[in-house]
Amino acid sequence: MNEGFFGIHGAALTLRSERMGVIASNIANAATPGYKARDIDFNAALDARMAALRGEPGDPRAGMVWRTPTMPSLDGNTVELSREQVAFAENAMAYSATLSFVQGRVNNITRALKGE
Amino acid sequence: MPEQPPMTLFSMTTRAMQAQMVRMNAATSNLANAGSVSSTEAGAYRPIRAVFAVELDRASGLAGVTTTGLVRAETAATKRYDPGHPLADADGNVFEAPVDETAEMVEIMESARQYQNLVQALQTAKQLMLETLRSQ
Repeated sequence: MNEGFFGIHGAALTLRSERMGVIASNIANAATPGYKARDIDFNAALDARMAALRGEPGDPRAGMVWRTPTMPSLDGNTVELSREQVAFAENAMAYSATLSFVQGRVNNITRALKGE
Repeated sequence: MPEQPPMTLFSMTTRAMQAQMVRMNAATSNLANAGSVSSTEAGAYRPIRAVFAVELDRASGLAGVTTTGLVRAETAATKRYDPGHPLADADGNVFEAPVDETAEMVEIMESARQYQNLVQALQTAKQLMLETLRSQ
């Protein structure tokens, strides 16, 4: 149902929201010793979601990746604030884009229902 | 242990901001005590540092921060010969707090930056959530 109505955008929007949480976790843990920064590989995770929507078996945690630091720090923390900021901004933009696709879809259906 | 409510983006950022506040307060206390003297080596002020730990919420996959405690640095107090000082011991020595002002200032700056970053991220997230809510 979800797939039929919103197409790929429904799954993409949830995934973008989850990725926002993951990147915000990285930003929150910028000073925690030994914290390993995580990220979601969007393509892989979206493929897994779409496969799950079609009823194929898949790993719900697919696409989770660890960040590889450019320069490892002494305390074992792999968060690099600049990278996280850029990733967060990029993700927020993509979220907005996906949201407007979903909105457009809803508008289309509403217009069709009203018969304008 | 009471059941914790599931972690949201808001509660996670709140905790992280609290942790940064503790860190900033610790560094400020150290700066305030810089240059304070004592008549015994054991009585001299030692700098304190906040210890951070990850707090993973398995349900949502979010990772917050908690302060597990404050530790005192094991640095030795600086002994200074000052027989005229009212707190000087029998040998005429006073013990000064081993606070590195530069290091504390850098700690405060870094903490403030990370705090700012958290606020910024929360603002963006909140704005996106509102956009999603308002769309019909």
